[in-house]
Amino acid sequence: MISVRFERICKDFGAGNVLTDVELEVRAGEVHALVGENGAGKSTLMKILAGYLPATSGTVSLDGEPRTFRDQRAAEEAGVVLIHQELNLVDDLSIADNIFLGRERRRGPFLDDEAMRREAARLLQRVGMDLDPRTKVRDLIVAQKQLLEIAKALARNARLLIMDEPTASLTPTEVERLFGLIRDLKARGVTILYISHKLGEVLALADRVTVLRDGLVVSTLDVGDATEHDLANLMVGRDVAEMFPTKHLQADRSVLWSVRDVGVPGWAEHVSFDVHRGEVLGFAGLVGAGRTELFEGILGLRPRADGRFELEGRPLRLRHPADAVAHGIVYLSEDRKGKGLHTGLRLAPNLTLMALRHYAHPFLRPDRERVALRRATQEYNIRAGGPDVTAGTLSGGNQQKLALAKVLQPDPRVLILDEPTRGVDVGAKHEIYLLIRQLADQGLGIVVISSELVELIGLAHRVIVMRSGHVAGELDAAALDESEVIAYATGLKGDHAA
Amino acid sequence: MQPDTTAPVRTKRRGLRLGGLGPLIGLAALVVLATILNPSFLSVGNIFNVLTRTSFIGIIAVGGTFVIIAGGIDLSVGSMAALLAGSMILFMNALTSALGGGWLTIVAGMAFVVILGALFGLGHGLAITKGRIEPFIVTLGTLGIFRSVLTYLSEGGAITLGLDVSDVYSRIYYGHLLGIPIPIWVFLGMAALGGVLLNRTAYGRHVQAIGSNEQVARFAALRVDREKILTYVIQGVCVAVATILYVPRLGSASPSTGLLWELEAIAAVIIGGTALKGGFGSVSGTVVGAILLSTIGNVLNLTSIISVYLNAAVQGVVIILVAFLQRGRRR
Repeated sequence: MISVRFERICKDFGAGNVLTDVELEVRAGEVHALVGENGAGKSTLMKILAGYLPATSGTVSLDGEPRTFRDQRAAEEAGVVLIHQELNLVDDLSIADNIFLGRERRRGPFLDDEAMRREAARLLQRVGMDLDPRTKVRDLIVAQKQLLEIAKALARNARLLIMDEPTASLTPTEVERLFGLIRDLKARGVTILYISHKLGEVLALADRVTVLRDGLVVSTLDVGDATEHDLANLMVGRDVAEMFPTKHLQADRSVLWSVRDVGVPGWAEHVSFDVHRGEVLGFAGLVGAGRTELFEGILGLRPRADGRFELEGRPLRLRHPADAVAHGIVYLSEDRKGKGLHTGLRLAPNLTLMALRHYAHPFLRPDRERVALRRATQEYNIRAGGPDVTAGTLSGGNQQKLALAKVLQPDPRVLILDEPTRGVDVGAKHEIYLLIRQLADQGLGIVVISSELVELIGLAHRVIVMRSGHVAGELDAAALDESEVIAYATGLKGDHAA
Repeated sequence: MQPDTTAPVRTKRRGLRLGGLGPLIGLAALVVLATILNPSFLSVGNIFNVLTRTSFIGIIAVGGTFVIIAGGIDLSVGSMAALLAGSMILFMNALTSALGGGWLTIVAGMAFVVILGALFGLGHGLAITKGRIEPFIVTLGTLGIFRSVLTYLSEGGAITLGLDVSDVYSRIYYGHLLGIPIPIWVFLGMAALGGVLLNRTAYGRHVQAIGSNEQVARFAALRVDREKILTYVIQGVCVAVATILYVPRLGSASPSTGLLWELEAIAAVIIGGTALKGGFGSVSGTVVGAILLSTIGNVLNLTSIISVYLNAAVQGVVIILVAFLQRGRRR
């Protein structure tokens, strides 16, 4: 059993502190949950513990002894294993190959496949999976991959297991199975650090819970002393109800954009919905339910099988993303650094990229771009080191506000926001909610895809719940609550109920 | 804009600016050194000589700047120049009987070669974007195809321009305008055009955005395929213009025409500070890079410290040195 003590841990990525003076004690043999919103610093803290990142200052002690791991391997040798949220498996290799990747068993110069297969089979049994160790990881479903990661950790003799959002893409049955395994590990003396922002799970599983907010430890509680509501308020730093501006209903609620029978091969089938003027339409669902892919397909960013569209009653062809922008439909990706912003370019070229036509007659007018940037930084409260820094130097919240300003440049009528507050601090989150509300009040139709139910419930007038590429249900503001959404998302309710 | 984390960002910027001037400083140092070693280096005649010889590679490299900034590569430009030169000569020779050996034939030849170059570029662009083949592979393929077609057309020997046309046309290479050789004017003109297109138009911005991160560009609704195809068309047209200057110089094309030009052109672009992985670069840098490369050969010719046979070796050292100085400039 390992106990951990973090003392005055600070981490600084050059754009402000991600962690400030973190003090945290994990007792030997407990299940300790770490909760906080996206960007609160949970993952960073765990990466420091597991040797992925060095702390800027402060000490980590294991069993009372200060330790700094040079890298992940050194941490694993000491029994500290981190399982990433975006699982770290090689799809083209077999289960056994993955388990022993980097520490293959050998007989002389050759691999001892027989021994590895035997050992892998034993480990699979321990995590409750009855699979041939020669199965390729590509052929596993997400829940199986999650269990395989645990088997891999066991092969490394993990005595402290760190799990980062392990249930993000699991169904309730799979979650129960995972929890059973975690309790079993605990009984065998493994200390567990469990990162999540699903409060119900945390209360069901953990012994103690620590709340992080904006890089600070807010509080550590015994789960017996905490309710979901308390934890939510601690995470957000104010009463959750105050985070969201009041929903207004517009006088003109006519249909702005209608989408019929969209199919995206492999991801979505027969999806239809309407977006009304002045409305925020939420899209809920588990990770992998096909929400992002649906909208990428609609906009022509990935192949689409069929689908018909009308904008203000007129038929609309959407073959290329440029068609959508030309008609005032814009999309902000969930993947800010990979698809949303050019992190290597300066702020102005990022801001104006989708509306360069306004700045080129035919030659670009950098002076006008600068004016536009100045206006946008004020209007959206984007804090940057100066006008000439690259977008990558901004903090998550400021990057997201810049990305929002960018998609608003072409003056859209329909705004599709995919996880608009992922990796954003609480203050910026609030500002983004206000902006969304303000845009809706101006008559835009807004689609918000989000995995945070609190966010959808606080923002949306209606929520469409997707499950395995289908619309499983539609909930009105009046009927919106977490358990309803989860029931549809996991198939307990709805047209395609399992 | 609120001040926030200003200090570390500033130092980064300063490093970047110095890096941008690096090639120019290198060129200046080389010029000073060459003048000390042999004062005739700075004579007007020699400078014109260097710049005129730079113009072929320089013009091709201007096009290469677009391709490379957009994240692509064109290895075929040397072979393309050879095939374009051969085709242009055959075309003009065939026209001579109908149009005579004067400017009419030459202008028709120029138009022909520009269209052909653009079509070659279009082919590259389509294969790369619509065919989804790596640019390295596509242009490696055409590198072989272009040169071997020329070798076939010339039957292994030279394709020679008719004497009448050659006499008139040679003025394009050997003639002067306002006291400056015409190839230098064309080189500067193409560079200016390229610079304006890259820095002052929406197209240029799109090219940089695509090279910097193609996914982000796609999600920003840019017409990524079309813009990328256009970079190869620009490259093809630039090769054609270089060919238009090259043909009157010797009046012939052979299987060894334009040999290894692709490497010199790519080297000029990279020395000029353009990132090989795309997203960042400048035409002015490319111009300096091209001049720097040909100055090295010239200096070795004029001085006797290092054998002229080691020209490529010295160029290689310079390329690696510049890459070393620029490393880590992007993040």
